[in-house]
Amino acid sequence: MIPSMANLSRADVEHVAHLARLGLAEAELARLEGQLNHILDQYTILTTLDTEHIPPTAQTIALANILRDDVVQPSLAVDDVLANAPERSGDHFVVPAILGGDGGA
Amino acid sequence: MGERDEEDRPFETTRGRDGGAGGSALTDLTRLHVHEMARLLRTGEVSSRALAEAHLAAAARQNHALNAWLAIDRKSALAQADAADRRIAESRRPGGSGVAALHPLCGVPVGLKDLVSVKGGQATAGSKILKGYVAPFDSTVTARLRQAGAVILGKTNMDEFAMGSSTEHSAYGPTANPWDLTRVPGGSSGGSAAAVAAYHVPVSIGTDTGGSIRQPASLCGIVGLKPTYGRVSRYGIVAFASSLDQIGPLARDARDAAILLHAVSGRDERDATSAPVPVPDELLDLPSSDDEAASYLKGRRLALPREYFVEGMEPGVAGRVREAVAAMEAAGARIEEVSLPHTDYGLASYYIIAPAECSSNLARYDGVVYGFADRSSGDYIADYLCTRGTGFGPEVKRRIMLGTYALSAGYYDAYYVKAQKVRTLIKADFDAVWAAGFDAICAPTSPTVAFPMGARLEDPVAMYLSDACTLPVNMAGLPGMSIPAGLSDGLPVGLQLVGAPWRELGMLRLARAYEAITARATWRDLEPAELHLTDDPTTPSPLERKARRTQGAPATGSGDQS
Repeated sequence: MIPSMANLSRADVEHVAHLARLGLAEAELARLEGQLNHILDQYTILTTLDTEHIPPTAQTIALANILRDDVVQPSLAVDDVLANAPERSGDHFVVPAILGGDGGA
Repeated sequence: MGERDEEDRPFETTRGRDGGAGGSALTDLTRLHVHEMARLLRTGEVSSRALAEAHLAAAARQNHALNAWLAIDRKSALAQADAADRRIAESRRPGGSGVAALHPLCGVPVGLKDLVSVKGGQATAGSKILKGYVAPFDSTVTARLRQAGAVILGKTNMDEFAMGSSTEHSAYGPTANPWDLTRVPGGSSGGSAAAVAAYHVPVSIGTDTGGSIRQPASLCGIVGLKPTYGRVSRYGIVAFASSLDQIGPLARDARDAAILLHAVSGRDERDATSAPVPVPDELLDLPSSDDEAASYLKGRRLALPREYFVEGMEPGVAGRVREAVAAMEAAGARIEEVSLPHTDYGLASYYIIAPAECSSNLARYDGVVYGFADRSSGDYIADYLCTRGTGFGPEVKRRIMLGTYALSAGYYDAYYVKAQKVRTLIKADFDAVWAAGFDAICAPTSPTVAFPMGARLEDPVAMYLSDACTLPVNMAGLPGMSIPAGLSDGLPVGLQLVGAPWRELGMLRLARAYEAITARATWRDLEPAELHLTDDPTTPSPLERKARRTQGAPATGSGDQS
């Protein structure tokens, strides 16, 4: 159930920011705490509605399993794809290292 | 009034029709509608180059005061115009296709919201995080516009990632409303709406996730149409909330909106959510005769949902909408009040679903494949935090936070699934109206006229309420449009029409009929009240206005504007 009183603490806001990978300044965190709680307050109206036997709707048009023929199609040239890369090495994107150590493998 | 008007007096603009003694010379090409341009281009009375030059000149002269455009590519536009002129000339040659085979958009200037990919051009989505990004391919909408022969002048301003109702959340400064330069044009497609209202283009492309075409159209006094979900391919458009986003036209009348919709609609292999539903060619043939157009109203059943006339609605807005409905009734439509009982739950459920989808879609901005990257820390988590913390603006961060929270462990069922269940109920409300045999729903588009810049910037919930009348339509995936219905306090009011799935044509015929029965209304002849000020180079830019406004404001007031 949606809590009847919004209750995001400062620690909750920091936790969600970390989950979302948003680096937020002190002032932003403080402002968001107030604003998010105000927005969550608006959600409580939904608790007044009994939806136990209502199926969820994810999309509104009756389309299913749209597949194209399994035929090779031209795609973008490697240089076009890499042109926007912040960092490139040859035909590759340079990604941040996610494993520690000295890089030896 | 009658269908021969245009054909008999080809050099007269629509606006000149009432004022002049008949046959006054056409002096300003920017006042033409697309359907008028198409005719003059075919007869050779005007060239695409001349149209492009006139519109580019207006945009270049007035953009300082409006900030409707983030990019104008004059060189590319003129090359496209010359190509359209060659295409028209070739069609006329013996053995050519004939001018009748040309799409009415051939040679016509258009604007694109800056989230539409045009190969080799920018697509900032109004965000710093996409500054410098160069689109490596054309969106399907772009490709279809090129196929039709349209002339793309440039990219229009918008709320960052289409999140907002005022265009104040653009990282590149707000856009001003040509009716009152101290007020917002609405959003998120505010640049597209202001550019059309200011005669910089006759039509433009916008996107609508919760009202982002219809609400700015309403606030700027123009036509805006959100098609049925699945009508227009979204390949190459920056995503916000994928179960809600839809692309559509902004225009100065129903016929022009229909022409642009026709050009960009239809199934696309590259977007699995684009539906294999035929696009009716009748979109190109909405009646030019007012009498014929008005006759469509006879016997139509129009539903007036009582939940859309509630507290917070400005009396002037409700008044214009009720007058518009009364005028349609007088012209032969049957009006009945209906109930859409779950309307009040729309805002809350929308503001769970849209942020949830946005938090997922915007996870891609990680500074690896494209976009802004801060890799100064040497630690990959810290790099992500910096990249996204710096690259996104306040409203986008707010929605990512909301969405991440709503999807996080322990809250997914309480928020996201609950909202999706409410969505089922909202859709069922509308389905009942169609099952009862109604042709369309009539409602206000926006509860208020254009509001002053800054008025809702510090209060997200007040800003969100701007879309209370439009977002249920996205939740149900239905086509909706806003059409001008007069003024309140000197500012435009929009009448919203909502149709059954895939019934854009009927909705546009209804809009055209309303135009016909109000063709002689005095407000139809008015140009945006402060448009003339934008010709003055000393008129402050929207950013200068904002700086003046926030000067001396309390520290808490300016904090959101980072």
